[in-house]
Amino acid sequence: MSRLSDRLSSGQFVVTAEIAPPKGIGVEEIFDTVSRMEGITAINVTDNQGANMRMSPVAMAALLVREGYEPVLQITCRDRNRMALQSELLGAAQFGIENLLLLSGDHPCFGDHPETRPVFDLDSIHLLQVVAKLTEGHDMAGKPLSGEPPRFFPGAAAVPEADPFELMFQKYQKKVSSGTRFFQTQAVFNLKKLENFMTAARPLGVPVIAGVLLLKSAGMCHFLNRNIPGVTVPEHLIERLEKASRPREEGVAIARETVNAIRGLCSGVHLMTLGQEKRIPDILENNHIEW
Amino acid sequence: MIISKQKPREELFEQLDGVNSLFLIGCSACATECKSGGEEEVFEMEEWLTSLGKAVTGSIVIDSPCNINRTARDLRSQRQQVEEADAIMVLACGAGVHSVAIKSNKRVIGALDSLFLGNTRRIGKFEEKCSLCGTCILNETGGICPATLCPKGLLNGPCGGMEEGKCETDRDLDCAWHLIYEALKQQGRKNVFTRIVPPKDWRKKKHPDSLDTD
Repeated sequence: MSRLSDRLSSGQFVVTAEIAPPKGIGVEEIFDTVSRMEGITAINVTDNQGANMRMSPVAMAALLVREGYEPVLQITCRDRNRMALQSELLGAAQFGIENLLLLSGDHPCFGDHPETRPVFDLDSIHLLQVVAKLTEGHDMAGKPLSGEPPRFFPGAAAVPEADPFELMFQKYQKKVSSGTRFFQTQAVFNLKKLENFMTAARPLGVPVIAGVLLLKSAGMCHFLNRNIPGVTVPEHLIERLEKASRPREEGVAIARETVNAIRGLCSGVHLMTLGQEKRIPDILENNHIEW
Repeated sequence: MIISKQKPREELFEQLDGVNSLFLIGCSACATECKSGGEEEVFEMEEWLTSLGKAVTGSIVIDSPCNINRTARDLRSQRQQVEEADAIMVLACGAGVHSVAIKSNKRVIGALDSLFLGNTRRIGKFEEKCSLCGTCILNETGGICPATLCPKGLLNGPCGGMEEGKCETDRDLDCAWHLIYEALKQQGRKNVFTRIVPPKDWRKKKHPDSLDTD
């Protein structure tokens, strides 16, 4: 059983963070980053994030396991057909990778290979079902797997702020019925929306880890709003960063406030610190400071 | 209708190396509608080729060059002009180019790029609404195809990139799943939202595909 699964099932508040595999083969910098992540239950390893080609997340997650860290392997349907997805998952299990975050994937038009053929042979719902089948000892075609079946702790993504809510939530329900054991959400900024989302999601009984993105400046907010699907930084937060004499500190304060609000709502937080991993302890600080 | 558009002239020019004379074939069906290979476009192509010093031995606009036998018959009717040409330039979709290629021993130059099966919004404006996948789920999606209208072809609801009913790839584009949601809501139906749609069987979209109604 993974630590993430243990902590979630025992009701402990979890903290996950994320790294991207290198654009290349050198991983020293990544391990340097990871070593600065204090108080983290598991580390997500992104899969050609934003449709930008990088080293295999399975290889990166395997390296994390080897060094004693617990990864959450992200696998998208964008770059692999159903056969490649299954063989990748079996390979991951062989390296002791249990936690999975199963995603459809950003469209290639956002990335550095916009000419590529997007695969999307399966969607995230199908991929959840495939993982369930693999753990039962057979593949998607019903063929038995040899030896011990792989052990996985599958998760899926949710977008609490999506509009219309009902449409997003119908897919959320499909993910629950397809076997997701946890959710990690896109960055949350609107706590009222998160509250409403949790009111609907809580009865379904699957733990939700809410995404918190560390903002650095107003400029960054504008960039996110323009370029990152599913992320909307509200105007009042942009204003706070604009008016702050030290925007980076203000960003940490906003993240800390968000985390503290989430403590009462969700099963954990997923921190997206984008290079400022050393601020993780400040963000997780429980003593809420009023600004 | 098959939507097509003319290849850029620079690209066509590269194909003309060593070709001194051409016979031109247009299409009176789809390519006429798309203004890529009708009478007018065949005439313009002839003018362009002539301006490059090429000889045009003749031209014909065939009623659907995708019809193999009709194309063979029309080629026979123009036998002499076709024979005089170094190459045949076809202003039709890939299906038309193929008919000509297998019914003539001449070099064939396809002048168009075939794009998609299109609906007509208005004259000259076409939109893809069906991608001929062979496993239609329109009856439970309010007649709106997610395999085509969603850039990821997602079968079980919107991705995380949907914002206010718009697509992550283009904020001017409606999210297919939002359109389906609105259509079904209006009709008081749930259908596809309560059933998990299984992955597509790509054997239904095998290449080359064929159908014999006998």
